[in-house]
Amino acid sequence: MNPALRETFSTSATLLVFSVICASLLAGAYLVTRPTIEHSEQVEKMRLVAQALPPGSFDNDPVRDARPLAPDPLLGLKRPGLAYLASQGGTPVAVVLEAAAPDGYAGEIRLLVGIRADGRIAGVRVTAHKETPGLGDYIDVARSPWIHQFEGKSLEAPPAAEWKVRKDGGRFDYLAGATITPRAVVKAVHKALRYFAQHKDELLRLPPPAPGGKP
Amino acid sequence: MISSETRDIIVNGLWKQNPGIVQLLGLCPLLAISSNVVNALSLGLATTLVMAVANVSVALVRNFIPHEIRIPVFVLIIAALVTVVQLAMNAWVHPLYLVLGVFIPLITTNCIVLARVEAFASKRSTAHSVLDGVMMGLGLTAVLVVLGALREIFGKGTLFSGLDLALGPQAAGWVLHVIPDYQGLLLAVLPPGAFIALGLLIALRNLTESLRAERAGQHARPPASTSSDAATA
Repeated sequence: MNPALRETFSTSATLLVFSVICASLLAGAYLVTRPTIEHSEQVEKMRLVAQALPPGSFDNDPVRDARPLAPDPLLGLKRPGLAYLASQGGTPVAVVLEAAAPDGYAGEIRLLVGIRADGRIAGVRVTAHKETPGLGDYIDVARSPWIHQFEGKSLEAPPAAEWKVRKDGGRFDYLAGATITPRAVVKAVHKALRYFAQHKDELLRLPPPAPGGKP
Repeated sequence: MISSETRDIIVNGLWKQNPGIVQLLGLCPLLAISSNVVNALSLGLATTLVMAVANVSVALVRNFIPHEIRIPVFVLIIAALVTVVQLAMNAWVHPLYLVLGVFIPLITTNCIVLARVEAFASKRSTAHSVLDGVMMGLGLTAVLVVLGALREIFGKGTLFSGLDLALGPQAAGWVLHVIPDYQGLLLAVLPPGAFIALGLLIALRNLTESLRAERAGQHARPPASTSSDAATA
C-alpha cells in the first residue's frame, strides 16, 4: 500500500472513531433526558390547555383525551393539529382547538381556542408568535389582558359582521400602532368557531374508554 | 499563589482579549439574545459551559488528532457538546429552553468556541485550557449581561424580568422596575439597539485603555486594532 493511501485510511479511521464516540455521547444524553423532556412538554401543554378552559370546569386529562384534527383552512394549520376534549363526570363540557392565524404582522400566530359545548368561547391563548416586542405582543396574556375579551363570545353574539376590531367597525379592542396583529387573531378565532359549529358532534364525542392495560 | 501564565489567561479572557468587545467573536447570540439580563446571563453561562468542556475535550485528545482533519474533529466535538447541553436544558430548565430556543444550537456556530479550541486548547495543557474556556466564557457573559441590562433598562424600564423562567415561579416578584411607569423604547429592544449599545461599550473600553496608556506616560496610541482579522459569527 502506498504511503499516501495509508495516511488517508488512518486519517479517516481517526475521524470515524471520533464520530462514533460523539454519536454514542449523543445517544446516551438523549436516552437520559427523554423521559424528563416528554414530561415537561406534557406539563407545558397541559398548563396552556388548562388556561383556555374555565378553572375547575373539567375533571379529565384533556391532553390524554386529545384527538388529531385533519388540516382545515378554517383552522389555518398546515399540519394536523389536536383537539383537547374537556369533560366533567363523563359529560363533554368544552373542547380546545389548536389553530393558527397565518396573517400576523410577522408570520403565523399559533393559538389555542377553548370553546364550550354551547358554542361560547371559554378562553383563547397565544402559544407562539413572532410579533414585534412591545408593539404587537399584547396578544400574549403575559403582556396584557387583551386576549380575555374573547371570553363568552360566540358565533351569534356578536354577529359575523362585528367579528372585527373596532377600527374596522367591529366589537374588538385593539391598541393603536398595531392593528394587523389583533385583526389576524380575531379572524382566526372566528374561523375556529365556524369550524366548531361544523364539526360539533364529532369534536364533543367522548373517546372510547381506554382499554385495560395500555393507556 | 498564581503563576503569571494563569494570571495572563484570566486577564486575557476577562479584559485584554475579551471575546465580546475586543475579539468581536460570537456576535450572533450577543446581539440577538441580549434584550434582557436573564436571557443574556443564561445564554452566556451555557456558552461558558460549552467552551470549558470543549476546551477540556480537545486538550485531552489533542495528541491523537491528525493536523489535516483537526477542524472537522473540533466541530464534531463542539456540536456534540452543544446538543448535550441543549437536551439537558430542555429537560431540566424547560421554560428557559423555550425562550432561548434556537440560540442554543447556534452556540455550535459561535466562532469564539472554535477559535479558542483551535488557538488555545489544541496546543496547551488541559488545566490551562479549562481556565481559558471558563475565562473567555465569563468575559463574553459579562459583556452580554451589561448589554442585556442596558437594553432592558432603556427598552422596558425593568431589570431581571423573566427570572421566574430560570428559577421557578417564586422568582416572579424579583423584577426591578428601575424606571416606574416607563413607556419603553422599542429601538433598544430590537436588534439595532444591540449594535448601538455594543458600539458604545467598545468605545468605552477603548477610551479607558487609551487613558490608561496616557497615564502610563506613553504616547497615546490608537486603540489596538483587533477587528481586522476577526470574523463575526
